[in-house]
Amino acid sequence: MQPQMVMYDEEFQQISAVCERLAREANAKIVFLVDKNGQLIASIGATQDLDTTSLASLTAGNIAATGGLAKLIGEKEFSILFHEGERDNLHISVIGGRVILVVIFDTRSSLGLVRLRVKKASDELNKIFDGLLKKVQVPGAGSPFAEITDDDIDNLFSE
Amino acid sequence: MSFINYSSREINCKIVYYGPGLCGKTTNLQYIYANTNQNAKGKMISLATETERTLFFDFLPLSLGEIRGFKTRFHLYTVPGQVFYDASRKLILKGVDGVVFVADSQVERTEANVESVENLRTNLAEQGYDLDKIPYVIQYNKRDLPNAASLEELRGLLNPRGIPDFEAVAPKGEGVYDTLKAIARLILTELKKGT
Repeated sequence: MQPQMVMYDEEFQQISAVCERLAREANAKIVFLVDKNGQLIASIGATQDLDTTSLASLTAGNIAATGGLAKLIGEKEFSILFHEGERDNLHISVIGGRVILVVIFDTRSSLGLVRLRVKKASDELNKIFDGLLKKVQVPGAGSPFAEITDDDIDNLFSE
Repeated sequence: MSFINYSSREINCKIVYYGPGLCGKTTNLQYIYANTNQNAKGKMISLATETERTLFFDFLPLSLGEIRGFKTRFHLYTVPGQVFYDASRKLILKGVDGVVFVADSQVERTEANVESVENLRTNLAEQGYDLDKIPYVIQYNKRDLPNAASLEELRGLLNPRGIPDFEAVAPKGEGVYDTLKAIARLILTELKKGT
């Protein structure tokens, strides 16, 4: 079973900074991070017209499906996927086996440049997630929901 | 596995609708999608075959409101029910927080229901989950059909532990929200325990 995924403000800022730099250095339109269960962690770039929730869910589904394919042929997973479109392309990579980094780019960039920049960003992101995981495992880093009452839950359904 | 985001003050949970082929998993999601307030739902995605059978999954994101300043979001997924899509079903169970088992009440589908519960138990175990320990509710769908088995019979077969269960007619919405509320409640109660 995977450990509980938690995100704090400090790490979120660090992650966003890495993604922003990646978007800039790779000339990418959009960069986003998703956990393997399909939850969006961060998104950078022209995302206002984009359904990022759906993108996150489908990306995770995509990685899960190709991961299944990999196992069938005796691979652990395919850590990089590339989808080429007429205008925009998708570069998807798995970082540290737990989060998925997606870069959307067009002709202003190239696959080679994106791959190069993604590699550098991946190492940095990996370190941040390592730290995050340790933080979560420290006893006392309890759930903010430990103190919710049955009434709180009831209120959600009161309408 | 729920995702607690302190930065955006959000909590995200994953609910999976499981059950035999044509039992009404997608219909549950479609009803919820059609009857939920515009600002509380995202887009519904269906990865289906040309004959509208679920190929990989359906996905519907919902916001339920706030608890203690945290937005609660639920991601609803269905699995493909047909037996030969087992590899896909396993993938969708990854990181699940709660399961809704949709049973087809028709007498002819008794065996399919039982097989599907067994399959659910096996696939969960592969991911390290125990069906007897995670949030889990059952919905007996298609109660309006003349060939529906009795409630006692279905309960005896599918719900020996007496977990929350609901009768439903999914296209009309009967029992659909009751089922959703019950699983959401169980998931939040589980979070409260801090596990």
